[in-house]
Amino acid sequence: MKIKNLKNLEGLKAKGLESLYPKRMKINVGLGTCGIATGAQAVFDSIVEEIEKQGIDAVVGKTGCLGFCQREPLVDVWQPGKSRIIYCQMDPEKARDLVTGLAQGKMRKEWALCRLEEEEFIIENTKKKYSIKEKDGKDIPLYGEIPFYKKQKKIALRNCGFMNPENIEEYIARGGYFTLARVLSSLKEEGVIEEIKNSGLRGRGGAGFPTGLKWKFCRDAPGDTKYIICNADEGDPGAYMDRSILEGDPHSVLEGMVIGAYAIGSHEGYIYVRNEYPLAAQSVERAIRQAEEYGLLGDNILNSGFNFRIRISQGAGAFVCGEETALLASIEGKIGEPRPRPPFPAERGLWDKPTNINNVKTWANVPAIIARGADWYSKMGTPKSKGTMVFSLVGKINNTGLVEVPMGIKLREMIYDIGEGIPQGKKLKAVQTGGPSGGCIPSELADLEVDYEKLTQAGSMMGSGGMVVMDEDTCMVNVAKYFLNFTKDESCGKCTPCREGIKRMLEILDDISKGKAKEADLELLETLAKVVKDASLCALGGTAPNPVLTTLRYFRNEYEAHIKDKKCPAHICPDLIRYSINKEKCTGCGLCLKECPQTAISGEKKKPHSIDKSKCIKCGVCFEVCKFDAVEID
Amino acid sequence: MLNLIIDGKEVSVEKGTTVLHAARKLGIEIPTLCYHEGVSPYGACRVCVVEVVKGMKPGLTASCACLAEQGMEVRTNSPSVVDSRRLIIELILARSPEVKKVRELAQEMGIEKARFRKEDKECILCGLCVRVCQEIIGASVIGFINRGANREVETPFQAQSDVCIGCGACSSVCPTEAIKIKEMFDKRILETWHTELELKSCKICGRYFAPKKELEHLKEKIELPEEIFEICEDCKRKNLTRKIGEIKTGII
Amino acid sequence: MVNKMKRKVDLEKVINKYKGEKGGVISVLQEVNREYGYLPEDALKLVARKLDVPLIQVYSIATFYTAFSLKPRGRHLINVCLGTACFVKGGNRILEKLERELDVKTGETTKDLKFSLETVHCIGCCSLAPVIRIDEDAYGRLKQDKVPEILKKHK
Repeated sequence: MKIKNLKNLEGLKAKGLESLYPKRMKINVGLGTCGIATGAQAVFDSIVEEIEKQGIDAVVGKTGCLGFCQREPLVDVWQPGKSRIIYCQMDPEKARDLVTGLAQGKMRKEWALCRLEEEEFIIENTKKKYSIKEKDGKDIPLYGEIPFYKKQKKIALRNCGFMNPENIEEYIARGGYFTLARVLSSLKEEGVIEEIKNSGLRGRGGAGFPTGLKWKFCRDAPGDTKYIICNADEGDPGAYMDRSILEGDPHSVLEGMVIGAYAIGSHEGYIYVRNEYPLAAQSVERAIRQAEEYGLLGDNILNSGFNFRIRISQGAGAFVCGEETALLASIEGKIGEPRPRPPFPAERGLWDKPTNINNVKTWANVPAIIARGADWYSKMGTPKSKGTMVFSLVGKINNTGLVEVPMGIKLREMIYDIGEGIPQGKKLKAVQTGGPSGGCIPSELADLEVDYEKLTQAGSMMGSGGMVVMDEDTCMVNVAKYFLNFTKDESCGKCTPCREGIKRMLEILDDISKGKAKEADLELLETLAKVVKDASLCALGGTAPNPVLTTLRYFRNEYEAHIKDKKCPAHICPDLIRYSINKEKCTGCGLCLKECPQTAISGEKKKPHSIDKSKCIKCGVCFEVCKFDAVEID
Repeated sequence: MLNLIIDGKEVSVEKGTTVLHAARKLGIEIPTLCYHEGVSPYGACRVCVVEVVKGMKPGLTASCACLAEQGMEVRTNSPSVVDSRRLIIELILARSPEVKKVRELAQEMGIEKARFRKEDKECILCGLCVRVCQEIIGASVIGFINRGANREVETPFQAQSDVCIGCGACSSVCPTEAIKIKEMFDKRILETWHTELELKSCKICGRYFAPKKELEHLKEKIELPEEIFEICEDCKRKNLTRKIGEIKTGII
Repeated sequence: MVNKMKRKVDLEKVINKYKGEKGGVISVLQEVNREYGYLPEDALKLVARKLDVPLIQVYSIATFYTAFSLKPRGRHLINVCLGTACFVKGGNRILEKLERELDVKTGETTKDLKFSLETVHCIGCCSLAPVIRIDEDAYGRLKQDKVPEILKKHK
């Protein structure tokens, strides 16, 4: 059924609202990749089973990721007239209990994460208040008050976790595609570009180039055939927000792309999804088919005369294909070798035609910005970094998950307020941002206000939004080694500085971690880093030295300890640590002896054990399994 | 025509000229390794880096692949350029210490030996062989396989090629001795490409003179008299000399 | 062998699907990879012939992208996540433990063709770090001593 006018759209909106807020109980389970990895599918199945078994009048649905991945599986219960409760860390048994309780009008407060009385509809600028007659569950904290969500402002993530991504009517009910309808019927192409320019939106994929300007370059480039691309390669390890958006709210990206295509004058688009995201690719494919059915993609969109179609191109396992020119090569069926720029893709891109490439989050923001206006968006954030940013807060942090906050929030707030601090009471050591292109920001800079400029000044980068928290048990030399190993594996191998330079930097880091390096090696490492950064062909090589450069800048003493004292202060580098058993704490339980792969541990039952250092391979199993903290590392 | 400034001197060039050529016009020679007049520029070795002080993308760039822009300002020997070029050559030297061309470049830059663990690769991955085979010969026998530090130039499956015509163009553009071709009796052996090709014997003197496949390839591409593909160079020359003689003495 | 022939027929269908598409080589290889679990030499040669692209181009692509393997993979594919979050939480140790248990190096397949061990950079389950995936199943919050029992679950 093709949507031809506003009336059609309103009709679907009504249907969507009914689906989102039915007159009977609705239980939603978060079934994004991380939900499934924690067992959410089994939770979903057990709820369906139980409802059938007990003949309860309820419907079960799926949603995308609400962002609080630490507490998955999440189960969200909607009951007309009652507060909406989100339960966390559910399993099939608890789920069955929950269902039974709900049928009897009981809620399980002990499993509740938070409660909702209203929702924000970003596109329409309204608050959807639930009509609640029974004010029970008042002692369950409100969604907007719990530390994880309190400081968040969801714009790119506006629908994730709040709707079924497979249901286009629900997307429309939450304001979806109304913006596109308005754009196609009453906004001029240049006007759309002006709005994006004035909003201050910058590319959310890493480089942070002003989006409106990029669109203008492409629009102004000569030629009738132009391409629009969504970069969903998301290669930064530790970043998975693009995946969540594609799984949880694919239409937001599609709508953004159609708006962009209209503004730029393009009729063909691609979404390049990395190979490791099969669910996300399926989700987008489904959304594209639906959009085509409803006349929101294809020919004569919304009866406007504008044509635009989107195809999916799948990656094949190469981080370098996140670099825009390598991405283009990949779509063209070649190996992911970057090309020199200029010419920039806006002038000569896919098949040598003007092409505009933007990240998933950038596209997802577009409908909201056009709907609410540049003024609204630019009021948030900092002078040069407007709006919000989605971060994946992971690593040694209590609350891991996806967080969307206005630019300018302090690192300290991210870690201690939203993240609720470091587990096991350990001390914060560094925060790594920007993936392999970024750097480590030390705890002394915790008051840094996160935006593009401040992160770059500190030696790091915004990147795709990965934010990995590291505690005192992290060796910064090891971290630098980890990132260089990554970029070495992912280098395409075309240019000398990247291919040979990174390899040699890694050799030095390896020597340092083994206590085999000399003082002069540190100088050589820095020299290499500079040349690799300056002379590489593309941004992979150009940013690969950043983890080394920032760790040298802020943690030089650790490098020197490895070199001069042949010690690893964080007790991580295997060649520089020794495992031993504290005879006073050891109870002789024999667990470590059993697990040791090298039979390096010996001892009689109930008597203190000892480790034969000549056999020990420093695998760390004994340390992991000992229940008495008797295994020590020095 | 557009105007740019290189090392403080102004030069005027046609649109589409690279910075490398613009510099040459001023008499400034920038060293190169992976550049060759006969094939497209690749910008891989980075030996020819220059510093764009003013232009669309400031910073270091490969001059062989960088197009001159109106109002551009370039330095071919700033400290940044010299430092980078020196280290790049040092890195290549560490990879290929026995290659003559690399040693020459290193000597020019004042590098005695590389500060890295030595390897012994003859191929410097300039890609000239790949490009000449693809762009000029049109056979596409070889290409880059694997990636990163494992990158190599090879034939498919590192085995005998079905499409190689044995012309040796790869060997002639190669700046090192990495491509080994030899002849043994009635075969041309391209060792590096694991490929053996049958040679054609001259109709007149019986000497083996060119791979059969090469001759077939040429036959398809150019219209020439049959005898070009049937007789060797020496006999062709003798034939031609005889024909000229016949013309002169009026037989023809 | 009937099986082999049937697959060859399917292969031609797959290639024809992408024949007109610009840049279709990678898409074809992905389907071949899905069908066979790896890229057999004959399949690559057929793709090159049918799509009229030089064989070296196809081979170059097959060796560049890590999604492709030129050697048969094991019945079960183990992917150890070494994304930053998993690394920080000891993902390397889990990888080393698996190398010891299976007696293979990363990127290799066990002699009995049961398991292939590879690494992946971020499957997006960072709150469960360290994570490994065996086929479609993800195992999170792993400790080294849990590895043997997990391996036993996959015959």
